This record gives sequence, structure tokens and C-alpha cells, in this order.
Amino acid sequence: MAEINSKIPKGPLPQKWTEYKAHTNLVNPANKRRIEIIVVGTGLAGASAAASLAELGFKVKNYCYQDSPRRAHSIAAQGGINAAKNYQNDGDSVYRLFYDTIKGGDYRAREANVHRLAEVSNSIIDQCVAQGVPFAREYGGLLDNRSFGGAQVSRTFYARGQTGQQLLLGAYSALSRQVKKGNVELFARHEMLDVVLVEGRARGIIVRNLITGAIERHAAHAVVLATGGYGNVFFLSTNAMGSNATAIWKAHKRGAFFGNPCFTQIHPTCIPVHGDFQSKLTLMSESLRNDGRIWVPKKKEDAEKIRHGKLLPTQIAEEDRDYYLERRYPAFGNLVPRDVASRAAKERCDAGFGVGETGLAVYLDFSDSINRLGKGVIESRYGNLFQMYEKIVDENPYKTPMMIYPAVHYTMGGLWVDYELMTTVPGLFAIGEANFSDHGANRLGASALMQGLADGYFVLPYTIQNYLSDQIRVPKFSPDLPEFVQTEKEATDRLNRLMNVKGSKTVDHFHKRLGLIMWDNVGMGRNEAGLKKAIVEIAKLREEFWKDVKIPGTNNEINPELEKAGRVADFLELGELMARDALNRNESCGGHFREEYQTPEGEALRNDEEFKYAAAWEYTGENSEPKLNREALEYEFVEVKQRNYK
Amino acid sequence: MNHWSSKGEDPVAFDHDCREGICGACSMYINGHPHGPDKAVTTCQLHMRKFKDGETIVIEPWRARPFPVLKDLIVDRTAFDKIIQAGGYISVNTGGIPDANAIPVPKVNADLSMDAAACIGCGACVAACKNASAMLFVSAKVSQFALLPQGRAEAAERVQAMVAEMDKQGFGNCTNTGACEAECPKEISISNIARMNREFLSARVCAPKIKEQTGGGI
Repeated sequence: MAEINSKIPKGPLPQKWTEYKAHTNLVNPANKRRIEIIVVGTGLAGASAAASLAELGFKVKNYCYQDSPRRAHSIAAQGGINAAKNYQNDGDSVYRLFYDTIKGGDYRAREANVHRLAEVSNSIIDQCVAQGVPFAREYGGLLDNRSFGGAQVSRTFYARGQTGQQLLLGAYSALSRQVKKGNVELFARHEMLDVVLVEGRARGIIVRNLITGAIERHAAHAVVLATGGYGNVFFLSTNAMGSNATAIWKAHKRGAFFGNPCFTQIHPTCIPVHGDFQSKLTLMSESLRNDGRIWVPKKKEDAEKIRHGKLLPTQIAEEDRDYYLERRYPAFGNLVPRDVASRAAKERCDAGFGVGETGLAVYLDFSDSINRLGKGVIESRYGNLFQMYEKIVDENPYKTPMMIYPAVHYTMGGLWVDYELMTTVPGLFAIGEANFSDHGANRLGASALMQGLADGYFVLPYTIQNYLSDQIRVPKFSPDLPEFVQTEKEATDRLNRLMNVKGSKTVDHFHKRLGLIMWDNVGMGRNEAGLKKAIVEIAKLREEFWKDVKIPGTNNEINPELEKAGRVADFLELGELMARDALNRNESCGGHFREEYQTPEGEALRNDEEFKYAAAWEYTGENSEPKLNREALEYEFVEVKQRNYK
Repeated sequence: MNHWSSKGEDPVAFDHDCREGICGACSMYINGHPHGPDKAVTTCQLHMRKFKDGETIVIEPWRARPFPVLKDLIVDRTAFDKIIQAGGYISVNTGGIPDANAIPVPKVNADLSMDAAACIGCGACVAACKNASAMLFVSAKVSQFALLPQGRAEAAERVQAMVAEMDKQGFGNCTNTGACEAECPKEISISNIARMNREFLSARVCAPKIKEQTGGGI
């Protein structure tokens, strides 16, 4: 069976990546032409990897479930991308970005990976500018920066509130260029259903053509999963409707270990839930915390009057407002990391100071900044975000404070990968949000874009060659091998099983119920009793799903309900693993907050003695409990401390 | 939709994904307007409060020959991808790039470039146009790069290749009705079309003709 070997290069931290690149095995240009690589996903990680590998000369096949690669959910990232350029002369450096990321992740990420990420961050900005990404600029023509949570420097590059869109379109344009050259074959509206292993190595995938419903076999020398995160386990999240875990979950069931599944990021600034028919939540960029101040009423009676519509926030006097982040964390104020800001909002709302109709909201107020800088400046910085808020809530945030509440946004957990971004299945790689690697127990703002592009442009193109260098004699694979036929049959059988349930309840019915179990028990606050309850309830719900789900239509046409059903069936398994991981981790760290483990001030209390490791879960079969493997985390270059943002 | 599927009927299929107005997947003609009657929103951002109680709402797919209907309200917009593949990029490989601040870009140009780059590729402009012209979409991409020094090196080849592909895909010509700009959920300006026409003309008159080739990029 697979074993844990993180393959971290020897030597001093700043030299590890340089040394690795100097000594890794490469594939010569003539051989590259003969090697095929499958990349699943066309977001920042997938598109950048597919384009870069094709530029090197590999033959790439690239898949996405959307109608065009440009629609991957990276497109929705708003705020920005970090890099250690130090253009602002404010004391930034590769080491500081590395340190902030390790600390922000609450000392649960691998030092060597994070340092590499910080090292390549600067090249990403250079690359994007060369591709024509229209980053924000100063009047002198040079690039502008803004601040994000968890940092005391301004290192975030941005393109209005649409940074993800612009970076993704940059990667998409590089990908399109390779499609035109014939180096990338594109498969839009194709969803991966399973990975195919031949003699223990990943050699292909089974996909469903979402237009015809046909099940297809595709073979290659290596498979790269860039399929994003699994926040939609919670039903309500900021993810796109189609974002799903099927690719990584199926890979897990074929032998890839799952790293830290319980590490979920609950983003503090989202538009609050407003009704039972809501299908997703909308993020308001963290960049808003640069100029917005977060508060709730100081007096409970004021909060109550606001909830009943008898008082407006603008009528609350300055001295009756509790700017609780500035009060609790004077050093970082409104720019504390996301996990800290989210928990602080929950604490105030649970204590009865929340606003909005449900009492589950806090204010994000721009009146000070508007008075100081003028409405025009705020509009130029956040115009599209203010517009989006107004469209959804029907209130004008220039006049009345925004209401926000935390929502599920990102998953730090994902497939366990080694330093080369390879999973425990040889030849199967995972990049971007789909892997577990760089963010530890909490991701800092503007670091997801950085990691996705780092993996795709600058890390995988090197590390995958080390694997492929001894594959050059392996001839092109036939998708008619028995392993392909068998895996295809299993995928087809599963779809038929789903169609044949012919029950009485919709897919969404089950998804919503799963989401509630997850949010109540595996959400912002977790405890032993709740997690044990969740494990039992999810198993029951899963059983009910397979007996009573109703899917209209057939499986040989466009059938969105069938697509959803397959994804929810996988969420119903993954949700249980998340609860098990959270139950096992008897400590609080980053976004994982176990109520039993907190300091007297209510901060997360780690237990480094017992839990300074990455959990790598191994699938052991349908009716048996998963096995926990541990990757010990060694901190040679930073001192492990209690995080302090005061 | 849930109502239909709970009754066991096949729900109406439609494209949608991010539900934040940025992925560009939604594509519905609602009461005679792409993305409905509200200004500067996509279908997913259109709220029922914009309609009267009991009002009949008419929903159609995008209608344009280059966007064939796949099922119900879902259309195939691969033609847009083909236009980008024809030249909607700056030809740089990964790595070996000079520092991002090596070439200053006037802020006004960077901002205009960003205005154009905000296009989400939904196809509302095509659906709104009586000629099914894709000029707003193509000109937004041409303008984004034409306004930046990084994009100037191959500007002449780019505009010609993209326009040629646009014609090949069967999109109609622009007759300046302005419907595209009026219906664009991202309010992309029609002045981009003027800029593209200028780029195209100067490429034809001043720059050497695009090499006779079918594959191999620009």
C-alpha cells in the first residue's frame, strides 16, 4: 500500500527549490512530444498547467464540466493575488510572505512547500503582466498594491474587484494559444467520473460527455487533477453551483490519501443567508476590510430594535458601537486573518448582538472612509462590489453599512501530495485548491490565486518531469485495456443505479439536509458530541438518498439533475470523512475550532505535542473505517508559537 | 425547477454556475431582453422583485446561428472560444519574463484596458444584435491588448486573425445600432468597436498582410 513520503529536498530552506530544480530529471524535447498528460479542470491551476506543459512540448488533454474553460470558478475570485515584490518599500520579502503564510495557517503547513510558494510568487506577477492582465496602476504607470488580512505590508496586486477573472482570462488565453497550435485538446462539457489505474499507476480517466451522456475512456501517461475545492458539501457556500469533489473523491477511493479534510475556510465577509430557497451565498471581498470597519451595537437592546426594524444602524451613536475586531486585536484590527474574524462575528451574534432580520449578521461600515477619502475613491476601489451588494440586498452601501456574516468559502484540505505535488497514487498529481498543501489550517486572503498559478505555471512543469523521465519508453496507452473497460463499467453501473432509484425526493432535498448537518456540527464551532452525531446522521442520510432520490429524464442526454445527483452522492461520503477528521483532531487550529480547546480569551488552542501533523486518510473500503496516516510537520526554520494578532 | 423535478417531470435545462454575474454561463432572453429587463446584470443577478406579481415572464434561449441550441435554454457558445484561439492572447510562454514594473503603463490606458477586459463572454451582445454580430465581444478583447504596451507587438496580426475567425464562425456585421452596448451586463462600451475598426484598418493599410496560413497561430 502507498506510504507517506513527503520527498522534501535536503538543505537550507531558501535553497531547497533551487537545488531541486538543478538536480531533478527532465524529459528531452523529442520525448515530450510522445508523452500525453491529462489535466482535469481549467481554473487557475488547471489552465496554467495545461498551457505551460503544452508550451514545453507535451501533448495535453484538458477537461472541464463548464461550456467553456473560461468559466471555471477561479473567475469569481475578487480581491487580489499576493507576491513578495516589495514594490511599496514597506519591508516585504520572500521570507516575510513565507512566514505570514505559515503563521496564518496556524503552523499546520509544510515549510518547504510554503517557502517555494513565496519564492515563485514574484514570477507570477511578471507572467500575468506580460499576458496583458490589466492590474491596477498608480499614476506613474507602476503597479498598485492593497492590504489583506494577516499581513502588515501591502503586497496584494489586484484588478478592481475582479482579480480572479483577469488572472483566469490570462491563463485561458495562454491555453487558447496552445489549443490553436494543436498542443492541447480541449474537452468542455465533460465531467470526470473516475481515474483509471494500470499496474498501480494513474493512466487515464473516465468522463461523461454532458451533452450526449456518453461515457468515454481517455488514456495518458499521467493525470493531473485541478478540480478545485469541496465547499459545496455545505450546500450553501460561495462556490459555484457546479463546484464538486467527484474527481478527488474518486481518486481517494482509488488509493490517493486525503489530507486534512476538516480544514475548511469560513469567510467572514459574505452576504448573510436570507431564506430557505437560497441556493448559494455571495462573497464580499476581504479587500473591503481595508476601508470598512466591522461593528455591532454595544447594547443588546439596540441590536434587538434593529432586528425588528425599529432602529437604523445610522442612528446608533459612535459611542454605542462595538468595533469588536479593533477592540480585541488592536495590532491587526479589521485585518485579522479570516478564521479569527469569522469566529469573532459568530461570538458576537451568539451573544445576542447580531443584526439583520435573523440576528446572524454584523455591520461593515464605510462611512469613516467615505468621509476621509470621498465617495469617488471608495467607488473606484470597490465599485463593482458595492453594486453587487446593492443588487442582492436592495440597500445602498454608500449610505447604510453593509451586513455581512461568515460563509463557507474554501477548503484547505484536499488530496495529500508530496513536494512534487504527486498524490500517493504514482502518476496522479493534484494542484491548486484540489490539493492540501500550502495553507495549513487557514488560508490567508489573496493566497489562493497565488497558489493555483504557482502550481500550474512554475511548480508542476518541473516536478511532473521527474516522474515522466522514466516513462519515456512507455508507449501510448490504449483505452481498450481491461482496466479501462472495468472502470468504465463501474461508472456506468453507478449512473444506472442512481437513475433506477426512482424515489420521491429531489437531489437538492438531500443536499440541503447534508448542508445543515455539516454547518451545525462541522462548521465554525465543532465539539465531540456534535461530530459523533454528524457521523451517524450523514450515514443515515446517505442510505436514504440511495433509496429515495428522484432523478427525472434519462442518462443519455443533457441531464443537470443526474449531474447533481452524482456529485451529492460523493459529498455524502466526503462529509463523513470531514467529520471523522475533525473528531480525531483534538485541538483547535486555524479554521478548525473545537469548542473544547480554546484559551480563556476564546482563541484557538493548538496541541502541538499530539497534533503537529498533517492527517492523510486512506480509503479502506465501503464498510470499513478509513485509516489515519500521519505526516509529521517539522519546523526547522520558524519558531512555532501561539498565533497573536493583538 | 425543483417543483418540476419533485413531480418527476424533466425540468427546463439552462446554463448557470457562479450565480454572481461573473462566469458568464447564464444565457437567457427574458421578456425580450438578454438577461432580462434590469440594467447591468446577468440573469443570475436578476431578482423577482423586478417583476410584477402574477406577471407572465417569457424566457427564450440566445438566438443566433453561431450559437446552436443544445437543449431547452442551453446554447453552444464554442464559437467564442474559437475566436479567442485565433488570436485573443499575447504570445508569451511561461517563464523568462522581465520584471512586472519594467514597462510603465499610463493609468488611463490600464483603466480603459480593464474596462474592456471586464467582458464575461456570455454572448448577450450577439443575442441582442439583429445581425447576430460579435463585434462587441471581439473588440473588447482586441482593445484590452491594444491599449497595453505588452499587446502592441502583435496587435496588427491579432485584430486580423480574430476578425477573420469571427466571420468564419458566421457572426454578422455591425451596423451601429448600439443594442449590444445597451444590453451588455458589464456595460462594455461600443467605443471598443470603433477602436477595433481603427486597429483593423491600420493593420490592413500599414502592416504587412497576415501570412497565408491556416494553422500555427498568428
